Amino acid sequence: MSLEVTDLVVEIDDRRVVDGISFAVPDGARLGLIGESGSGKSLTALALMGLLPDGATASGSVRWNGREILNLPDRELADIRGDEIGMVFQEPRTALNPIRTIGRQIAETIRIHERIDRRAARARAIAEAARVALPDPERIVDRYPHQLSGGQRQRAAIAIALAARPRLLIADEPTTALDVTIQADVLRLLLSLVESDGMSLVFITHDLAVLAQVATHAVVLADGRVAESGPLETLLTAPASPITQGLLRDATATLWRGEDER
Amino acid sequence: MTENPLPEPAEGIRNGHGRFDRLSDRSPSRGEPLIPRGEPLIRARGLRREYLAARKVPFARRARTVALDDVDLDVAAGRALGIIGESGSGKSTLIRLLLGLDRPTAGTVHVDGRPVDATASARALHWLRRETGLVFQDPYASLDPRQSVGRIVSEPLRALGIDGDHRARVAEVLAQVGLDPEAGSRYPHEFSGGQRQRVALARAIAHRPRILIGDEPLSALDVTVRAQILGLLRGLSRDGMTLVLVSHDIGVVQNLCDDVAVMTDGRIVEHGPTARVLHRPEQDYTRRLLAAIPVIPGR
Repeated sequence: MSLEVTDLVVEIDDRRVVDGISFAVPDGARLGLIGESGSGKSLTALALMGLLPDGATASGSVRWNGREILNLPDRELADIRGDEIGMVFQEPRTALNPIRTIGRQIAETIRIHERIDRRAARARAIAEAARVALPDPERIVDRYPHQLSGGQRQRAAIAIALAARPRLLIADEPTTALDVTIQADVLRLLLSLVESDGMSLVFITHDLAVLAQVATHAVVLADGRVAESGPLETLLTAPASPITQGLLRDATATLWRGEDER
Repeated sequence: MTENPLPEPAEGIRNGHGRFDRLSDRSPSRGEPLIPRGEPLIRARGLRREYLAARKVPFARRARTVALDDVDLDVAAGRALGIIGESGSGKSTLIRLLLGLDRPTAGTVHVDGRPVDATASARALHWLRRETGLVFQDPYASLDPRQSVGRIVSEPLRALGIDGDHRARVAEVLAQVGLDPEAGSRYPHEFSGGQRQRVALARAIAHRPRILIGDEPLSALDVTVRAQILGLLRGLSRDGMTLVLVSHDIGVVQNLCDDVAVMTDGRIVEHGPTARVLHRPEQDYTRRLLAAIPVIPGR
């Protein structure tokens, strides 16, 4: 199960905001897309999922298991989304439906792809809530998104994204809105689920230090183009592109440096 | 809470810019504080702030939430203090009280030896406004889009009735934050996020306050821009500005601040020289917070 992106172009009002990006995510790989705001990383993720905003058009090629999925009709894409490819976004509040209980939203993902009755769906929702370590799963499935904390909402969004056991998870800045201790918990959870399910991961972030926690490979984006890509370790220890060097230098200028020096 | 300053390690504290920083080492070039030597420029005692929570059902008794719980804080002139903590820890409430923007339920704040009375009229608080400049997280929200940058930056000069050539001061302060003096005739939307934060910084220091207070001033910025603004703040600190910086970003605090106060649940749980607190934390909460921060391996 692999994802191959070739010469992806996204245009908004005749402006090329993503300008010919290519990368591949082999089965089980964890790829980071990193860049500053305006680098095109989020639009790339949305294009992969066929979720570009109105007025944006995509061209090029996105192959999922060899099948071209770019600009596929929405009905066919909807089958792939959730079933084979799951998504988690920065702000779970916008990804969750405010007027449905958490349990019902988890069950909906399951029931799109599996014919099970309400009772069975509820039991599965409880199991999925427990799997993302939501506290008191049997009661939390009856709650609405606004009754959860920010970290719990993101766990719920992850439960929904993974309920159908997708083969690929696309996570767009999933921890950016969270406090640092909660970020650490959510990252740990994401990684353990990705590993236990043997999923591939595309992780979009502006934060090199976060990327270093989750990715094996990275694509550095700037101005809608790939500045550099390769194994994460190489990018961190021997960055070839001035963009990567700059990101690394600026990040380490303002990042927590832990135990070294002084 | 411990009385400030904590005993310093024998080798002194090396802060972000590689100087050894003791209050007594400071040259009096920028004017000695008016307060007796050793008195902190900012002193808070027993600060408490309660809020009434919204009613869950009509006519129910409103629960009290304690945003700030018996906080003592001293900031010596010329020091850079970082206040770190997660959302809801009380750090923003604390700086609102220090600035007289909000009234404590209990406790007192003194700045330069004078009591801060948040109930006083705007005019009666002019002295405090002259002493303090303020930078917020979001330069998009804090700059009036209909005013030219020159007008925005000179606003505190007008509001505080400061004499002198405002135009010249605007040009001077724009240059200080690395903007072209011509920028004064342009409007906020013509600038990038990083340039806007420079404008916000220029406005905050236009009236030459001795204290600069920042509420997450770097959080909304890309890393490249963040490094630039960090450099500007460091320059101000080096020139003797007293900094109080609220941040959830420990990297920023490590780079900029002489001292750090760690807040959780409305309390300061640990307070001391940055190097000591970050590298030899004494409190469990501080240890947990530091352990949660992602680091780039090998750096």
